Amino acid sequence: MKQQIIVSGLGGQGVLFLTRIIAEAAVSSGLEVLTSETHGMAQRGGSVISTIKVGAFRSPLILRGSADVGLFLHPLNLEVHRDLMKPDGRLYVNGEPGEGFAAIAASAMAREMGAPVLANLILLGHALRRGGLFCGRPTIETAIRSLSNPKFVASNLAGLQQGFDA
Amino acid sequence: MSEKPDIRLLMGNEAIGRGLIEAGCDLASAYPGTPSTEVLSSVVRFLQESPTRMHVEWSVNEKIAYEVALAASYAGKRSAVVMKQVGLNVAADPFMRSAYLGVKGGMVVIVADDPGPHSSQNEQDTRLFAHLAKVPVLDPAGPAEARGMVIEAFELSEKYELPVILRPTTRICHSRQNVSLGSALDLKRQSRFEKNPARWVATPAFLPALHAGLNDKLALISGEEKFRPLRLEGNGSFGRRCIVASGICHANTHDLLDEMGLLGKIDLFQVRLPYPLHSRFIDQLRGDYDQVLILEETYSVIELQLAHAGAAGRASGLIPGHGELTPDVIREALGGFLDLPRTVEPQFSPSGRGKRPSLCAGCPHRAAFYSIKKCFPRGIFPSDIGCYTLGLNLGAVDTVHCMGACISQGAGFYHAYAQDGGEVPTIVVTIGDSTFFHAGIPALVNAVVQQANIIVVILDNATTAMTGHQPVPHMGLKADGSATKKVPIPDLVRACGVDFLRECDPYDTRRFETLLREADAHCRSEAGGVAVIISKHPCLMDKQAKIDQERFQIEILESCIGCRKCIDQFECPAFAFDEATRKASIVADLCTGCGVCEPVCPVKAIGKRKEGDK
Repeated sequence: MKQQIIVSGLGGQGVLFLTRIIAEAAVSSGLEVLTSETHGMAQRGGSVISTIKVGAFRSPLILRGSADVGLFLHPLNLEVHRDLMKPDGRLYVNGEPGEGFAAIAASAMAREMGAPVLANLILLGHALRRGGLFCGRPTIETAIRSLSNPKFVASNLAGLQQGFDA
Repeated sequence: MSEKPDIRLLMGNEAIGRGLIEAGCDLASAYPGTPSTEVLSSVVRFLQESPTRMHVEWSVNEKIAYEVALAASYAGKRSAVVMKQVGLNVAADPFMRSAYLGVKGGMVVIVADDPGPHSSQNEQDTRLFAHLAKVPVLDPAGPAEARGMVIEAFELSEKYELPVILRPTTRICHSRQNVSLGSALDLKRQSRFEKNPARWVATPAFLPALHAGLNDKLALISGEEKFRPLRLEGNGSFGRRCIVASGICHANTHDLLDEMGLLGKIDLFQVRLPYPLHSRFIDQLRGDYDQVLILEETYSVIELQLAHAGAAGRASGLIPGHGELTPDVIREALGGFLDLPRTVEPQFSPSGRGKRPSLCAGCPHRAAFYSIKKCFPRGIFPSDIGCYTLGLNLGAVDTVHCMGACISQGAGFYHAYAQDGGEVPTIVVTIGDSTFFHAGIPALVNAVVQQANIIVVILDNATTAMTGHQPVPHMGLKADGSATKKVPIPDLVRACGVDFLRECDPYDTRRFETLLREADAHCRSEAGGVAVIISKHPCLMDKQAKIDQERFQIEILESCIGCRKCIDQFECPAFAFDEATRKASIVADLCTGCGVCEPVCPVKAIGKRKEGDK
């Protein structure tokens, strides 16, 4: 099992949290995993990216044109990070559909749920439903339970569900 | 019966922090800086799990952190100091001499480099600094290896009584990997400082012998079989060619060769100790290979020591002499070195740079910068390192150099202009609270003594925001959150000899602007002198601060003319431009209701009312 994943968004959208959940799901599936994250100044609202490599890899970085899965929390980042995607890679975008990709209005759905930060988990649920990830929903739910602040476990799971059902 | 191994997903910095606990480190000191910061924070967290008596501190700067750790090592304890690469410039003085004098208990200097750079003022290579200082340096290729190397570094340090550097890079520090944990170790050492003036005082008379001794140690270390580069053997497909890589470059090369079906077809060496490079390895490469591809970040350290006639690397020009060696750059280098057919370009290429970072909605720095720029449109604005560097987006930051430089640069600008006669532009320096403690105090004393008539605005947001909220000396908190003595900023400023000192919440723009003008008048008065304003408002990343402050309902009124001043000049992320109506709009998810924006609109189209009021 080998899968290369990118999570792209703006600082503050919960890119790091989503990265940790996916990586934790890999660990609990008994798979090797490596991630690379953006920290520091770019986190102040700028374009950020995480890469996740599941399976027998040594480095967390992804060669252009090699990502199997792309989770884009902001469509603006397509112009910076889409080059990492394989031509037949699975692209999941929060926003309006565009050339060569479908999209889900995760931010709007999250706002309706009263928690704008949930857009990340809605997008993840959406990707899970479409079979995009190396693991299934129960594994992700376990990771959400173990990594979330106990106060937010229920709402985080609800976000995932919303995306899954959409 | 064996226990189930404890495998956890750890960030490289956390793995290093864990390594310190497992190596029986007795003292760890650091100054925060991306990408190194999480090492010390994770030590604090691991200590909560398995308490030992380790002393952990956020020091005021890297020089101090280094010296604290050094003396603990003199006493026989294991110590570690953590910083980012430019932090070693600050700590260079104690660092350079510590190579000659050496250490007693193991001392590991963890210096995180930032090839790219992603979050630094340069991409200097600590391995080359280690070479300059004649100090051994280890270069991990991943988080799990970094954890193990901490333990190896302590052993090497104690064996040769030398400080040893562990040099992770951003891609190690901020990478996560499943890491097997060992158990925490307490060596139960008792401090025993053995007086030895010939060594610990070491006047020049003693230094030639100490230097010679250092050279002898390095010769021995370069013969350590344990640190001979590891070879993944090839099958001879590429004749007398081989690849040498260190750090994350090795990991990337390994993955690429695997993907290209070339793993096991060419000899691939991993250098774990780039300085001093293993002496017989150098001979082996010169004898056994005609061409050697060298992949390393960021400078040519292995390449220069190898001095191989067939070297291809950064120095030879095969690889760019700057920047990160991303998989794409390495792929290109491998293609050139191994005469591979050119690959097809990916379908998409980046067409833009995405969104640039900006100060958060409600950030007190934005309020301060806006007023400074408004009061002195022709002023000169030296600034410094921190979130507030982003004030450059508002035109209120003209220079950023290195920690604490803004006050001295402000003084330099003043003297340069003042000697011309004529009118001196208003010079407003902005410096964060943590940066002020780090390197601003001597600069302020100097500016006062040299009669530089400048305004120094200390942006006091009660934290080290950029790096993730480490305590600052005026908050009275230690690394573990326990209480300690506070060192108030106003007392320090007065003690530096400053006569004009005011404090103000920058949210109160009217008062803040009045004070700025008063400060300018003070600078231009007969007596003149440095004027200091402490701009005081907590960082809103502190959730409690956000809850505690007054919150307004902000709306865009019909009268908006769509001039974009609130978006482009005030640059609050809570403003957006509605293309349909050609007016500004409020991004409700982001707006903190601070209300600072109200006076920004030239046509008074930003409505502000107290929450609950109609």
